[in-house]
Amino acid sequence: VTEFLQHLVNGTSVGTIYALIALGYTMVYGVLKLINFAHGDVYMVGAFVGFYLANAMGVEENPTIGKAVVIFVGSMMICGALGVLIERFAYRPLRQRPRLTSLITAIGVSLLLEFGFQLPSIPHLGIPFPPGPTPRFFPEIFTRVDWEPGGVHISNYDIVSFLLAVGLMIALQYVVYRTKFGTSMRAVSFDAQVAGLMGVNVNRVIAYTFALGSSLAAAAALLFAGSRPRIDPLMGLNLGVKAFVAAVFGGIGNVPGAMVGGLALGLAEEYVSGYMMSSYRDGIAFALLIVVLLVRPAGLFGTFRPEKV
Amino acid sequence: VRALRLVAQSLLPFIAGLAVLWMFSKGLSGSWAIVLMVAGINIILAVSLNVVNGFTGQFSIGHAGFMAVGAYTAAKITTALRFVQIAGISSDASDQVFFLLALVAGMVAAALAGLLVGAPSLRLRGDYLAIVTLGFNEIIRVIIENTPFLGQATGISGLPRLTNFVWVGMGVIATVVMAKRLAESTHGRALLAIREDEIAAEAMGVDTTSYKVRAFVIASAFAGLAGGLLVHLIQLCTPRSFTFIKSFEVVVMVVLGGMGSVTGSILAALVLSLALEGLREVQEFRMVMYALLLIVLMLTRPTGIFGTREIWDILPKWGRRRGQDVAGGSP
Repeated sequence: VTEFLQHLVNGTSVGTIYALIALGYTMVYGVLKLINFAHGDVYMVGAFVGFYLANAMGVEENPTIGKAVVIFVGSMMICGALGVLIERFAYRPLRQRPRLTSLITAIGVSLLLEFGFQLPSIPHLGIPFPPGPTPRFFPEIFTRVDWEPGGVHISNYDIVSFLLAVGLMIALQYVVYRTKFGTSMRAVSFDAQVAGLMGVNVNRVIAYTFALGSSLAAAAALLFAGSRPRIDPLMGLNLGVKAFVAAVFGGIGNVPGAMVGGLALGLAEEYVSGYMMSSYRDGIAFALLIVVLLVRPAGLFGTFRPEKV
Repeated sequence: VRALRLVAQSLLPFIAGLAVLWMFSKGLSGSWAIVLMVAGINIILAVSLNVVNGFTGQFSIGHAGFMAVGAYTAAKITTALRFVQIAGISSDASDQVFFLLALVAGMVAAALAGLLVGAPSLRLRGDYLAIVTLGFNEIIRVIIENTPFLGQATGISGLPRLTNFVWVGMGVIATVVMAKRLAESTHGRALLAIREDEIAAEAMGVDTTSYKVRAFVIASAFAGLAGGLLVHLIQLCTPRSFTFIKSFEVVVMVVLGGMGSVTGSILAALVLSLALEGLREVQEFRMVMYALLLIVLMLTRPTGIFGTREIWDILPKWGRRRGQDVAGGSP
């Protein structure tokens, strides 16, 4: 039972991270019908921005709540801006072209971030930017406290991360279903052309969607860095694919679906690798993706809409 | 008579090629030969990927994964049969027979992997294939690194040096003949129709999923061939040779040369492989340049350098002979 509970804790904490990233995929897919390949790398940038901010403020020696908040908000804002920039310069000029074109550009942006960050650092900059290919270690934002109630290992990082992630998701749910922006976002997702005719500023909605998704990715990166402090420029690759699987599992384009999908994937990975084959942990997401595509390509909550001419 | 002509058309390049390659392999040696062989393997990769990404308009970014499947299958067979010799022929000749066997087995294994990956993802729209193949590429690496039978992260070393100029050349010819013959067949026409407008193609009675899967399986098989050739050239089979970086290299070749242009892919593969040799010092900037190249190319000239045309469509003298019907299409 202890082992089962431990896996539950670990799976939930990883699953909420997947869910946060999956939300970015699903929202962008909703409004643009594009798999934003660069999303996993925005997540990576978020981790590094947090890393630089934390080092600049000397968090390691003297952690305070105020600094943690600054790191969090700063990283989310910078990543949000990055998302908007990517959309503005890489995707918007191609919106009227065949979708394959934007897909290739998205892959290009992803590669640019991955390998741009692996370049040797620019000298005389004060901070090691770009960070280069060697992994760095994220400093502890606040002091770690571990508990073991009934043999289950749990730390304050797990709890904070879970609460923050759930809080962000509730906030997002509110934004998408209760605000004017959310309504226009859903309208654009349903039919961008008609939404435009009805007076929705489609460009602005898409830009905000990117900002929202990218800042969630940055938040996920910081929460994840608490339990897995190793960060490197390629960290977004695997996690991006996994979060995408979570989004597809829940039904891509569907906001609550992404949350459930992320949680389900996190738990599935944890239980399968815990009880059966630990070394193939990274393969589980892929197997799940194949099964979902075969059995229910629209995902758990998605409705299959046939393409029209 | 027509069938006879077609057979001749398909076989002629091989026979002519064999003679030319034989002469070349006598004259060439040293590092240049290796560079050229690597370039040839890249041509096989680029042209076969073009069948999926260019002809069919789908987007696979995990070609190296299928390379790995073919490479490990072939490597396992040649190492297992190292000390076996067919009675009655010299040990060299027997090795070559086994190598052919290993390469074919690698192609079959890669084709099966292609079926496994393609069948579920190609039922849906093109972008699913992209992320599934990317995932597959990573999964293959994870599986290899966790399987002692495949040598884990260190891989299989000490492979016999069986790949030579003739093998690579024949592989290139086979791939190019396959691509050209495919493009001119009913099957190829169906693929082009899918690329131009999938819904219209389906309405016209093209079984889109089945054609897409078949194209993907063919491309995967040739990726397996390239993998088998590569590991018997560098005599080492490790998961590091087949990371997603290798896949992206191939994608860049196809996109740069022009999606749908066989000669464009050949040219891009040659130029990029040779350029890589010259740019060894700036290795770390290579992928960044590729990335910028992809983005800039898509923003300014999304069809690649040749688009769907072949070189002879551009040369004015003999131009306008063929391919014009292919070049047109929806905007």
